[in-house]
Amino acid sequence: MSDLLTPGNQLTEEAGEEQRPARGGLARYLASKLAGALTSLLLVVLLGFFLFRMLPGDPVQTMTAGREVTAEQIAELRERLGLSDPLWRQFLDYLGGLLQGDFGDSFRYGRPVGDIILERLGPTILLAGTATVLAILLGLWLGVRSAWRHGSRFDRTATGVALTLWSVPTFWLGLIVLMVFAVGVGPLPGLFPTGGIRSIDPPPGLLPQVLDVAHHLVLPCLTMVAVIFAQYQMVMRSSLLEEMGSDYLTTARAKGLREDLVRRRHAVPNALLPSVTLIFLHLGLVVSGAIMVETVFSWPGLGYLMVNALEYPDLPLMQGTFIVLAGTVIVMNVLADVVYRFLDPRVRAA
Amino acid sequence: MSMRKWAVGVAAGMLAVTTAPAVAPLGAPQADAQDDTGDRTVLRLGVTQSIDTLNPFEAIMASSTELMRLTYESLTMPSAEDMTPTGALAESWDTSDDDLTWTYTIRDDITWSDGEPVTADDIAFTFNLMMDDPDARTANGSYVSTFESVEAPDPTTLVITTTEPQATMLSLDVPIVPEHIWSQVDEIAGYGNDTMPVVGNGPFLITEYRAEEFVRLEANPDYWRGPAEIDELQFRFYRNSDAAVQALRKGEVDLINRLTPAQFDALSGEDDIEVNQAQGRRFYMLSVNAGAATADGDPLGNGHPALQDIAVRQAIARALDRDVLVDRVLGGYGEPGTGYVPPIFADLHWQPEDDQAWNFDPGAANAQLDSAGYERGPDGIRVTEDGDRLSFRLYGRSDRNADTQAGQFVRDWLAEIGIEVDLEIMSGNRMNELQKAGEFDIALSSWAVNPDPNYVLSIQTCDQRPSAAGTGGTTESFFCHEEFDELHAQQLAEFDRETRTELIHQMQRVIHEQSATIMLYYENALEAYRSDRFTDFGYQPADSGVIREQLGYWGYYGATPATNPNASASGTSTGLLLSGGAAVVIIAVAAGWFVTRRRRASADDRE
Repeated sequence: MSDLLTPGNQLTEEAGEEQRPARGGLARYLASKLAGALTSLLLVVLLGFFLFRMLPGDPVQTMTAGREVTAEQIAELRERLGLSDPLWRQFLDYLGGLLQGDFGDSFRYGRPVGDIILERLGPTILLAGTATVLAILLGLWLGVRSAWRHGSRFDRTATGVALTLWSVPTFWLGLIVLMVFAVGVGPLPGLFPTGGIRSIDPPPGLLPQVLDVAHHLVLPCLTMVAVIFAQYQMVMRSSLLEEMGSDYLTTARAKGLREDLVRRRHAVPNALLPSVTLIFLHLGLVVSGAIMVETVFSWPGLGYLMVNALEYPDLPLMQGTFIVLAGTVIVMNVLADVVYRFLDPRVRAA
Repeated sequence: MSMRKWAVGVAAGMLAVTTAPAVAPLGAPQADAQDDTGDRTVLRLGVTQSIDTLNPFEAIMASSTELMRLTYESLTMPSAEDMTPTGALAESWDTSDDDLTWTYTIRDDITWSDGEPVTADDIAFTFNLMMDDPDARTANGSYVSTFESVEAPDPTTLVITTTEPQATMLSLDVPIVPEHIWSQVDEIAGYGNDTMPVVGNGPFLITEYRAEEFVRLEANPDYWRGPAEIDELQFRFYRNSDAAVQALRKGEVDLINRLTPAQFDALSGEDDIEVNQAQGRRFYMLSVNAGAATADGDPLGNGHPALQDIAVRQAIARALDRDVLVDRVLGGYGEPGTGYVPPIFADLHWQPEDDQAWNFDPGAANAQLDSAGYERGPDGIRVTEDGDRLSFRLYGRSDRNADTQAGQFVRDWLAEIGIEVDLEIMSGNRMNELQKAGEFDIALSSWAVNPDPNYVLSIQTCDQRPSAAGTGGTTESFFCHEEFDELHAQQLAEFDRETRTELIHQMQRVIHEQSATIMLYYENALEAYRSDRFTDFGYQPADSGVIREQLGYWGYYGATPATNPNASASGTSTGLLLSGGAAVVIIAVAAGWFVTRRRRASADDRE
């Protein structure tokens, strides 16, 4: 799809001067990508506002359900949350706020949505980021090994294990991990905390505190890696398999290169391209992917916040998280396109 | 090729990231000091509901209101024994002859945690703030809706004037805040009240708060009833109850509640864990749309007309086997439903005479429908005289597990008496919307009742039906009955507890007979705690009550530590040693693997 937006006149530029046109093309390429991204973001804002208001449910009803409130109180609350204004008015207020970087106040927490999201973003990035990096490395490594010796016992085992973990429900796996490694089973003592991001009485000093957080990170991270690494492994495996019969590999071998070198220097770099695209697309989804793990291990991140917001429905909070999540996906897509261009000379030349 | 270097770099990074957590247990002896509480006795709660805010005027969630009750003393407090009103800030009270003026005598020996005295001015300030500022009414506004004025003529006298007689004046569940702090707050809405330590006067004071992680409270040394036996109270937040159960088994927390029957059964046999099956304040019912209408009497919604016939509603009430519901839906942890006010309020609870009760009797239900003229059609489903089939929509909430199960039982039982039920489980939001609009036939519903049941009774009065515009009103299911309304008005103005109790009994009788609200069951509150760390708590009510989520602070205030409260922490050091050992092994293996990899890589390079 990236090729479609690249200006066609590039084709007419002189061959042999590869560098210059590529640079000029890059600026144009970037500009078109950014314009696309901005349009998407605008649509997200629009969609976020109107879509969530079409959901059934009245936040005021939920806030007052089961509580001893008078009818006057309900009306007052509706007025205060700005829900009694006409829809177009609410939308203009919302847009006005957004332009000033104000996402509005959460119905439930009564605090600015931006503050709440920022507060929760750190833990989520720590958990989901660490887990994703580990899953990518593990997945790619296993994928390369499997493909190179496809059909072998290693390949069958690795693929089997990966696919099994991939299909296991995250929540269930998380609870098993929690029971085995946090509480302990039989002779195995509980090695890790059952939840949270740090001890309530953290040890003094920076390093012990970092280690304390790391100690809490192990189980959620392990669970998340176990569930997601399969996708990287499978893509890497299949794209490397496609390269396996290529002539250039035969040439490399004919030069007398060792199998290891043929694989690492020739086959893998070529097979890496689809994986890179996948990685960047997944980076955008990392935050939402952590919801289940955060719930099992009581991780104070963004995932749980979103689930709660949906139940309410806490409209400003939902719009805020929606924009943040969609924004990440959009940014990562642009990055994927750009990185792809650097990795694959064919995209540059096209 | 640069690709290789890149790969090596990433591998190194990966190693760094994987080993960091593995090393962690080595540094953890201090980290786990939380379990080795030293000389301080700490009660650690595993809390599964998050809290919204520490602002007592805005706090709605159950855990937040509980925190506020611990921090701020209220005027009066439901007693630990039987939840009848007892003195707190007020030591005595008196009413005028017209029952409109209440005079409270305020204790003069209470101070705020910053040393300022607590006076009637603080109380007057709190109520006046709620009366003047809509933002301050968010959480507890209903309590001041009939207030005309609140004044403090002197530091130990508080005078409240109401616009109509109000029998609930000893059940004002409103946290009283210090005037010298809160008069400085510009805007109540959104104020976090998180300047630590929070100035309060309750048995525990909030000293630290991390959103979604924990709240730390320390016992108030100057608490007017005397300091609590424990030194510290921690609310630790868990996002799912299974994790909280595991934390209790491990000994990371001391007390958890809101257990499911399965969790409760599983914990019952465990060493060092004691379970508490307490009477709950919650009842479950079928809300029947017996003719939804506005307050002016104009029909609303699309309820099935046959449900306006009391014979049909009573037949439904007779067709339900409540013992089976308690057994199968609650795992036996509950009681079959009878009167509208749950039996936890022993004196207010009403039960029909045995011959009046809706005992499970499909034969009698069928006979009643037969004699009322509903004949069975060819498919076995009864029809009205106009030929409408008795086919009802039954709605339940997806976020309440019991609804699906109970709904299926109800559907099967009603099929026995020739009534077809279309069970639909939906989001709570959607259900609120439909119920509000009168677009339902029967709804599974539930309420938690406060020691003063006035509010749950009021939602069954005609006045609470919505206005012609479809707004306002807090009706449960559009119930409207003349006798009930008269009784409701009488009890609200009746100050003699015995007479009022009798009136409330009569109201429950009407609800029972009319069967527009069909009681299903009362759910037990299920809790569990570490008996190796704590031996006793302050239960409310005393003989069969809960520890957590009381209407008061008795549970934690009365917590008695075991003589050797650190018993459970002893296992931790072994665990730490082992986990440290495991970490060393992991690091060694990882390092070895990495080194061999490096060697092979450099060998490759040389070739």
